[in-house]
Amino acid sequence: MTLQECYAALGGDYQEVLGRLRSESLVQKFLLKFPDDPSYSLLETSLAAENWPEAFRGAHTIKGVCQNLSFTALYRSSSQLCDALRDGFHPQALPLAHQVEQDYRQTMAAIQAFRSSLPA
Amino acid sequence: MVPIPSSQKKHKLLIADDSEMNRAILADMLGEEFDILEAENGLQAVELIQANGSELSLVLLDIIMPELDGFGVLSAMSAQRWIEDIPVIMISSESGAAQIQRAYELGATDFITRPFDALIVHKRVVNTILLYANQKKLVSLVAAQVYEAEQQSNLMIDILSHVVEFRNGESGLHVRNVHSITELLLNRLAQKSPAYRLSRSDIATISTASALHDIGKIAIPSEILNKPGRLTPEEFEVMKTHTTIGADMLRDLPIYQDKPLVKISYQICRWHHERYDGSGYPDGLKGEDIPISAQVVALADVYDALTSKRVYKPPFTHPQALRMILEGECGAFNPLLLECLTDQAAAIRQELERTDLRAFPQRALDLTGEVLQHEDVSVSQRTLQLLEHERIKHDFFAALTEEIQFEFTLSPPAVTFSPFGAQKLGFPEVIRDPLHDPRVLALADPKDFQGLSDAIRGTSPGHPVATYDCPILLGGEPRWHRILARATWSPDEPPRYMGAIGKIMDIHADRMELADLQRRASRDPLTGLLNHASARKQISVRLEERPQGKFALIIFDLDHFKQANDNQGHLFGDQLLCHIAEKLRRAVRGGDIIARVGGDEFLIFLEYKAEPQAAIQRIFRSLSGEYQGFPISLSMGVAQTDRVGADYDPLFRAADSALYTVKRGGRGQFRFYDESIRDTLSSISPIGSEKADPPKEEN
Repeated sequence: MTLQECYAALGGDYQEVLGRLRSESLVQKFLLKFPDDPSYSLLETSLAAENWPEAFRGAHTIKGVCQNLSFTALYRSSSQLCDALRDGFHPQALPLAHQVEQDYRQTMAAIQAFRSSLPA
Repeated sequence: MVPIPSSQKKHKLLIADDSEMNRAILADMLGEEFDILEAENGLQAVELIQANGSELSLVLLDIIMPELDGFGVLSAMSAQRWIEDIPVIMISSESGAAQIQRAYELGATDFITRPFDALIVHKRVVNTILLYANQKKLVSLVAAQVYEAEQQSNLMIDILSHVVEFRNGESGLHVRNVHSITELLLNRLAQKSPAYRLSRSDIATISTASALHDIGKIAIPSEILNKPGRLTPEEFEVMKTHTTIGADMLRDLPIYQDKPLVKISYQICRWHHERYDGSGYPDGLKGEDIPISAQVVALADVYDALTSKRVYKPPFTHPQALRMILEGECGAFNPLLLECLTDQAAAIRQELERTDLRAFPQRALDLTGEVLQHEDVSVSQRTLQLLEHERIKHDFFAALTEEIQFEFTLSPPAVTFSPFGAQKLGFPEVIRDPLHDPRVLALADPKDFQGLSDAIRGTSPGHPVATYDCPILLGGEPRWHRILARATWSPDEPPRYMGAIGKIMDIHADRMELADLQRRASRDPLTGLLNHASARKQISVRLEERPQGKFALIIFDLDHFKQANDNQGHLFGDQLLCHIAEKLRRAVRGGDIIARVGGDEFLIFLEYKAEPQAAIQRIFRSLSGEYQGFPISLSMGVAQTDRVGADYDPLFRAADSALYTVKRGGRGQFRFYDESIRDTLSSISPIGSEKADPPKEEN
């Protein structure tokens, strides 16, 4: 799997990120770091604990990271969730959180696939 | 691009963002050129800023963070005044226009938006550091010079006058005493009579110059100077020449002739032995022909000579000296000055005894002994003494400050002013029923009387102080004043409002300076053009007023500016920027907005009718050319509201992207933003290196 194919699989914009970060190896470096980013687990535990301000911060961080990595699909859903949680709880937050979860899974799966295709 | 000169040590930079990933991306983009500190929340950021101080060249600050958010960090930075030395670039997402506005108001210098573009991040950071580095350097240079000059001139005057005293066999206190007496007399004189037009700075200059009154004695033979007995008529003639010799020394100074200190010193040296009745020397000047500086120093000189021990006489007491002078035993003086001397007698005595105490600690011991012998002072006497002491203290300090002090009582309705205040206002010291007195009512607007009254009555016994600023009509001219009043409340329950004491201070100059500072804060100090924050504000207003209008936002920078800076120095670089700013002013129309947004980056905002090409072509051409042999080439990006929309931030980003497209495609051109630009950006990006290289191209 190439980096470009990985971006297609996770619903991202490879050309865009390359234009900004200016090097393929840098894009790859940060993409491989993404699974270690703690913001998604912050979002998950805060939602479960109904801690809406922390959930907002988690969604906001995911949004920022995805924006920088051009993970367009996950950026879009986390951005909507972020807006829904901006002033505390909103009924829209739960379906949006579900969408974020799906996009996150898809993103993680694509990154795992890419990682396993790398020469050891 | 303008890299930081490599000879210097690395600039230290703080990235405050709660996402480790985002910090890592920024750190990688900025590369090894900088020394990078990281904070994952606002509190950590504040701690790091505090620990590193102005070692930090820049802070990149995220808004949403745990513990303390970006606004909290900015507020802390402005409360501690760090923001004046350390520029802050905000990191924001695209939707944050209102947040950016707030950050600007809190003192942020610039902002970058997510998603990060390596080129833009690098350029913003470097530009901001350069802008601040120059400013910091200049500020510290000027401050150091002023301080140095002041220190040195005071030191030189001290040395010079002590050389004279040393030869003279005097204690070293004479110069200091003459200085103190001169100052006290002048303060009183300024209160008593406006005729001499003595400003604070005149008083300071005359007092300083008084130290030089005897420098001519350096040329008098020491047998005459230090002769214990009476001088013969011939010797006295020689002695008298110290006045003209001192004056000649000052007149022959090759430079500084136009400095007030030198002019005043000349007057003092030459004429401090003139007498008011014309019987003095060297010129026999009479009355007001003797400059006031020389008159005052003459009196101070005589007074200190009388109360000091000299080779030819013991010291007289202060009352003795005062009496001898008033009775005309020591020469003729201006009657008004004699009044000042009488008025200030207590203050002068106190001041001279204070300097004596400093010089002779033995006297302090003697005085303590004296006090101890009178321990049977009764309580009531002691209370009276304390009250008297308080009164003297109050009068003394009141005389030193140029404030109008007042005491207002509700019943009977009356206001009492301090002597200075009454004189300043042209009022008697006591005015009955002031709120119905036409003289009082003419001072200010009725709404300000009401406002002041509300402010004072709005206080409580626990917090009795009110402040109110308003213009007051003094001498036909309204000037801003601050009224600081403490309400007096009766001790019973509930407390009754009884009146107020307070003071009225002239804050006109401060107020005007504040207005000036506000104006200057919106400007770039080098070129006088608007800075980015205020340009953004003005443009946003324009866009909001006319959302359907056709506007173009243009950003340009100078190609090869770094070379100009490197080869011909920063001064040349600065001159070049001023030159561009001047050309820019001439190239645009009245309603256009122009600004310097960073190092060599400028902004133009203009309205157009049909198509903007012609106008932009014209501006582009008129800015090109050369400056002192340096060929001026521009790269310019343009964004139009009919393509991008009528919001500032997207417009700015689009113009910026168009500019970078020009940069990457060979410079020296302008281009309009369109949808193809995104693709252009990616297609020419280098691929395959480990790091995002700090961009190698220069402007």
